Amino acid sequence: MVSSIFNPGRNGVSDWLIQRVSAVVLGLYTLFLLAWFLFNPSPDYYAWAGLFGSFWMKAFTLLALLSIAAHAWVGLWTVATDYIKPAAVRNGFVMFIILALFVFVVWGVQVIWGV
Amino acid sequence: MSKLQVSVYRYNPESDDAPWMQDFEIDTQGRDLMVLNVLQMIKEQDSSLVYRASCREGVCGSDGMNMNGRNGLSCVTPLSQVVKNDRLVLRPLPGLPVIRDLIIDMSLFYKQYERIHPYLQNDERPPSTERLQSPEDRDKLDGLYECILCACCSTSCPSFWWNPDKFVGPAGLLQAYRFLADSRDTHTRERLAELDDPFSVFRCRGIMNCVNVCPKGLNPTRAIGKIREMLVSHTA
Ligand code: SF4
Ligand code: SF4
Ligand code: FES
Repeated sequence: MVSSIFNPGRNGVSDWLIQRVSAVVLGLYTLFLLAWFLFNPSPDYYAWAGLFGSFWMKAFTLLALLSIAAHAWVGLWTVATDYIKPAAVRNGFVMFIILALFVFVVWGVQVIWGV
Repeated sequence: MSKLQVSVYRYNPESDDAPWMQDFEIDTQGRDLMVLNVLQMIKEQDSSLVYRASCREGVCGSDGMNMNGRNGLSCVTPLSQVVKNDRLVLRPLPGLPVIRDLIIDMSLFYKQYERIHPYLQNDERPPSTERLQSPEDRDKLDGLYECILCACCSTSCPSFWWNPDKFVGPAGLLQAYRFLADSRDTHTRERLAELDDPFSVFRCRGIMNCVNVCPKGLNPTRAIGKIREMLVSHTA
C-alpha cells in the first residue's frame, strides 16, 4: 500500500462513491443553469441578483462548489499516484492540490454568501 | 510474395547495454503459419534468441508476447491475423522487466495473483464426500475458471503499467471474482476487505484493453464490475 500522510486510510469504495455522487450533483447543477439561461437569454443585474440572492440557490451553489472540490481531489490524487513516481514530487503536487482547492472553496463561499 | 520481414526485440543484460531490434527474413512459402512457427524458423537462423513456449496449442499460457503491437499467444496467432505489409515486429509483453529477449520477469504478476488467495476457502466442516454445487451455481464460474494466466491482459493494461505493485490487474481480479462467485467459498467478506483500498480494484478505469487481447475470450472488465458492485453493496 501507498502509505503517507497524504493518504490517510483511504478507502476505494468511498472514493468511488464520492466521484459518482459529486458527478451527479454537478450534472444537475449544469442542467439547472442551462434551463435558467433558456428562460433568461440575456440576464441583467437584477436577474442575476434575484437568482443568487435566494437561499436555496446559495445552498445549491455551495453544494456544487463542494462537489467540484471533492471530485477534483479524488481525481487529481489518482492522476498523481498514476503518473508521478518520485514521492517528494508527488507529495508536493498533492499538497499544492489541497491548498488550491482550499483557497477555491473559501473564496467561493465568500462570493456566494456575499451576494 | 511470401518473404516475411521479421523484427525481433533482443536484449541480453550480460552483453547488451540496451535493447535492440534484430531483423530476419523468413520464407513462409505462402503458408499462414502461427507466429510461434516463425520464431522456430528464426531460432534455426540464430540460436541465441530465447523465448518461452511449451504446449503450442494455447493451453499453457507461456508464450504471451507483443506481436505488431498487440498482446497474444504466439502459438495460436496466425500470421494473417497480425501481419500487415509482410512485416512482423515481435516484442516481449510490455510493462514488466525483461530477463532476456522475449522473456519477461513475471514475479509482480504472480505476486498479485497470490494476493487474492486463488484457492477455495471454506470454514465449514468438510462433508464426507465432496462439497456439492447446483448446476446454476456451477454456471457462475464459466468465463472465469478458463484463465491460463498468460498475462496478455495485465500487461496491456495501463493501470497495471503504472501501479503493478498495488493494482491487482485484470488477470488477478478475474480470479478474485472466480472465488467470490463460488458458492462453496465462505470467505467473501475477508476477500472483499482486502480489495477495498483505492488501488487493488478501483484503479481499473474500464479501458477494456484486457478484454480486447484475452486469447481465451474472457472478460476481466465484467468481473471487475461485479467485484465493485459487491464492494459497494457490502460497504453501504
Ligand atoms: S484473462 Fe485471458 S489474457 Fe488474462 S491471463 Fe487469463 S487467459 Fe490470459
Ligand atoms: S478494463 Fe480495467 S483491467 Fe482491463 S485493461 Fe482496462 S483498466 Fe485494465
Ligand atoms: S505455447 Fe502454450 S499457450 Fe502457447
